[in-house]
Amino acid sequence: MSALKTDQRVPEDENMTGDSPTSPPPSNRSGNEALREMSNPHRGRAIKDLIARIAMWVSFFVAMVPLAWILWTVVSKGIHLLLSATWWTGNQRNINSSDVGGGARHAIEGTLMMAGVTALIAVPIGILTAVYLVEYGRGGLARAISFMVDILSGVPSIVAALFIYAVWVTTFGLDRSGFAAALALVLLMIPVIVRSTEEMLKLVPNELREAAYALGVPKWVTIVKIVLRTAFSGIVTGVLLGLARIMGETAPLLILAPYTKNFQHDLFNGNFPTLPMMINQDRGDFALASAAARMWGTALTLILLVLLLNIIGRVIAHFGSVKK
Amino acid sequence: MSVSRIGAIGAIALSGALALSACASENPAPAASASSGGTSGASAADCFSGDLKAEGSTAQKNAIDEAIKAYQTACANANIDYQPTGSGAGIKQFIAKQVDFAGSDSALKTVPKDGKVEATDAKNACGSDAWNLPMVTGPIAIAYNVKGVDKLVLNAEVAAKIFDGKITTWNDPAIAALNKGVTLPATPIKVFFRSDESGTTENFTKYLHAAAPSAWTYDPAKKWTGQGEGKEKSAGVATATKGQDGGITYVELSYAQQNQLPMAQIDNGSGPVELTPEAAGKTIATAKQTGTGNDLALKIDYATKEAGAYPIVLVTYEIVCSKYADAETGKKVKSFLKSFSSDAVQKSLTSLGYAPLPTEVATKVQSAVNAIS
Amino acid sequence: MSTVTGVSATDDPPGPDGRTPLRGVSASTGRLGDRLFGGAATVSGVIVIATVTLIAVFLIVQAVPALRDNQASFFTSREWAPGGDTPRFGIVEFLWTTVAASTMAMIIAVPFGVAVALFLTQYAPLWMRGPAAALVDLLAAVPSIVYGLWGLITFAPFFKPIQGWLENTLGWIPLFSPTGISGGTILFIGLVLSIMVLPIVTALSREVFAQTPLAHKEGALALGATRWEMIRTAVLPFGRPGVISAAMLALGRALGETIAVTFLVSSLPDGAAWTWSLFNGGETFASKIANNAAEFSNPNKTGAYIAAGLVLFVLTFIVNSIARIVIERRKAFTE
Repeated sequence: MSALKTDQRVPEDENMTGDSPTSPPPSNRSGNEALREMSNPHRGRAIKDLIARIAMWVSFFVAMVPLAWILWTVVSKGIHLLLSATWWTGNQRNINSSDVGGGARHAIEGTLMMAGVTALIAVPIGILTAVYLVEYGRGGLARAISFMVDILSGVPSIVAALFIYAVWVTTFGLDRSGFAAALALVLLMIPVIVRSTEEMLKLVPNELREAAYALGVPKWVTIVKIVLRTAFSGIVTGVLLGLARIMGETAPLLILAPYTKNFQHDLFNGNFPTLPMMINQDRGDFALASAAARMWGTALTLILLVLLLNIIGRVIAHFGSVKK
Repeated sequence: MSVSRIGAIGAIALSGALALSACASENPAPAASASSGGTSGASAADCFSGDLKAEGSTAQKNAIDEAIKAYQTACANANIDYQPTGSGAGIKQFIAKQVDFAGSDSALKTVPKDGKVEATDAKNACGSDAWNLPMVTGPIAIAYNVKGVDKLVLNAEVAAKIFDGKITTWNDPAIAALNKGVTLPATPIKVFFRSDESGTTENFTKYLHAAAPSAWTYDPAKKWTGQGEGKEKSAGVATATKGQDGGITYVELSYAQQNQLPMAQIDNGSGPVELTPEAAGKTIATAKQTGTGNDLALKIDYATKEAGAYPIVLVTYEIVCSKYADAETGKKVKSFLKSFSSDAVQKSLTSLGYAPLPTEVATKVQSAVNAIS
Repeated sequence: MSTVTGVSATDDPPGPDGRTPLRGVSASTGRLGDRLFGGAATVSGVIVIATVTLIAVFLIVQAVPALRDNQASFFTSREWAPGGDTPRFGIVEFLWTTVAASTMAMIIAVPFGVAVALFLTQYAPLWMRGPAAALVDLLAAVPSIVYGLWGLITFAPFFKPIQGWLENTLGWIPLFSPTGISGGTILFIGLVLSIMVLPIVTALSREVFAQTPLAHKEGALALGATRWEMIRTAVLPFGRPGVISAAMLALGRALGETIAVTFLVSSLPDGAAWTWSLFNGGETFASKIANNAAEFSNPNKTGAYIAAGLVLFVLTFIVNSIARIVIERRKAFTE
């Protein structure tokens, strides 16, 4: 019992004194359930607390096992290719599945370019839509937009790709290209950005807006300089989550952006190299050690790229945040 | 979406592209040297510079990759991409003018299927006749994984019953009768089939239908009609078979080899035949041309009883326009296929698990390639 | 407490000093600026509406002729033979696989994800919180193709014996009856999907839990609540809408996941016996479309797959709407 008592103390990190399970005041506003609990003997509460504590620790470690396993698989099987300079400078020209190594620069550049173009289109639309929903939208149009964003977030990547194929190739008669794939990715990225930006804008206290209006600041200046600025770090995080999501999307690329093993910087003509398609290229032959190593190496490169973006985002969020 | 909008987006995208390409490295030459080249199928005079796009059959991926490598080694300015997405996809993209030529495990169909005649559509897309040029032939292995059984003989009848779920254990008397002296376990048979629509499935079921019509009553098709468990693409079925005691599948030779799966010998009526490129070549030699002129669609006698002939093979074609609307593209296709069909390149493919074309077919292909414009 | 969302941000009040947001901008330029900015925001919203409408029109236009020619019942038939002169196709099998696998993923991922998020915000030692949160965020961003590869190559061989054992032990329950499918069962797909969406649930829930007003937490603790009681009375009620939307986002991902499922799934042959077993194979909507997208050779056949895509689309939408309703009701209740 005494062990339990020490256990249920609040850790040091909150600057409060430990709780003692004695004399719960009858007027606990925030929890009817807690009230019911508290009429029980103390012992049951302490045990429950202990069980919860253990359950949290166990859950954490159980959840981390597969996730650590995945990272370990990718790193241990792919890292050796990334250590050669060729990987970062070369391409896959004349590297067949049975050949070892080669470079991934063409695909790294391709993925970054495609992500960049996608973001250029999706981020302004997404943020402005969120601004409309939070700052302007009342009534029918806002509800309709919110509804549509919900629908858009429900569009599976494969359906988005088929839609763009129907428009781009079947209707307009244009060639499949990196840009066509970027358009499909835009459809997937917009709802992520709208929803995350929306959440962040809602967290901006109304007092800030009201103070600005009271001082005669025009609404749009209030939004740009105060609301968006306050929510900046959150918005950046949302954009990066969206980017991470689309950089690894494979289905639209399969349908819209055929892979090339050569350097290619033209998004509008010809095939386009990307990391997911490079993985896909080697996946068919992963029984061969050479192809398997390249596949894991490419996967690791893709993860590193996402990680890098995350770090950049954190830095931007840190220095751009109003708290500094 | 108006044109000006696309233009504006394009401008934004382009500026992004320029900014990014500015930091791209200046090394156009491949960083890693070609290791198994040495089969320079193209002389420097023939080289084109620019891009050539092809798409289609996964069965010919390794062959065409090798041919591309040989060509690109000789021609530093040529970029050839082949998307191994499947025969149907290749034909579809060829008809949609998305690729310059298509790879397919079956010739363009001349009878309506799903309301369309492929050959007519291809002809319309080209503005000229579309030709089927057989370029590579590949044996399909019946690969299996049964503990303690490293030699297995099957015939069409038994194979059909296995793949149709009529024979369910490895020690079935029908299998035992073909494998005297082999101890077969009572392990249940697990059939793995291609869940995607595949030229390999079509050719395999063509074989079953032709050689054992009473046991395999379904029409040959790209979609699997038998029993079992579906896995995606050749790699999927090969991996699944490797991981499952009692597993059996049909897969291109190279995938069976990559996964070190044992392959069944086929008794075509004249004794068991092991799968070798030569044995497959004997079946290919029975092929009859069904196309006219330079259209070299072949018909294989799957029910061949010739001694030493391995009957489960597929012929994979390159589907090309006889006369390209863009003369430049025609030159590119011609130049590359000339190299691909050259004796030097064709010989190098044997080591990758492909069977050579019979000499008279090869000669016809070479002259047809020369007629492309 | 008069914010738009009912979420109070009073725990992080704007400092009265140290900020100069209110630079003198003359009101006269404000009018035009307001119109332009507001206009741009409206146009963006309208673009979203137009896009979704286009997608819907595209799906319906392509699906309707195929559905009209369909000789079988679209919602109850298990056949899938689109194209041809007498197309027959129904979605019941994809619907079952998709829903069963996604539900399984949710049953595993949501409790675990919430528990891990609580751990990271309430229980973990301080030194652990930052790095662990960063790790979870990174994992949430790992592309699904990587989960697919890992599932196919590393996890499947490991899980196979476990699955065999489960099949033998629990086989008497219809939901777990053996079917002879060796690898990509619904159970396995659900498990890999749960691992895939777990970081998403965790990352989003963690953010919401971290926003719990300190006043609520301190209040609960000051009243003598144990840590767990504090979580139940302050953190969870505050975070519930966030957790629900995180779970729904994850469910949306699980329902529509294409490439990883395509790698893993074991499809069934035509005419396979129907079973409720989670050890059965079967394609999901997304994997079925992806597996055959390369072969969309005629409008009628394509239409059948598009119709399946439409169902997936509607399914995801329903899930999202339910989440929204729950969140709205919750919000109204709190205010």
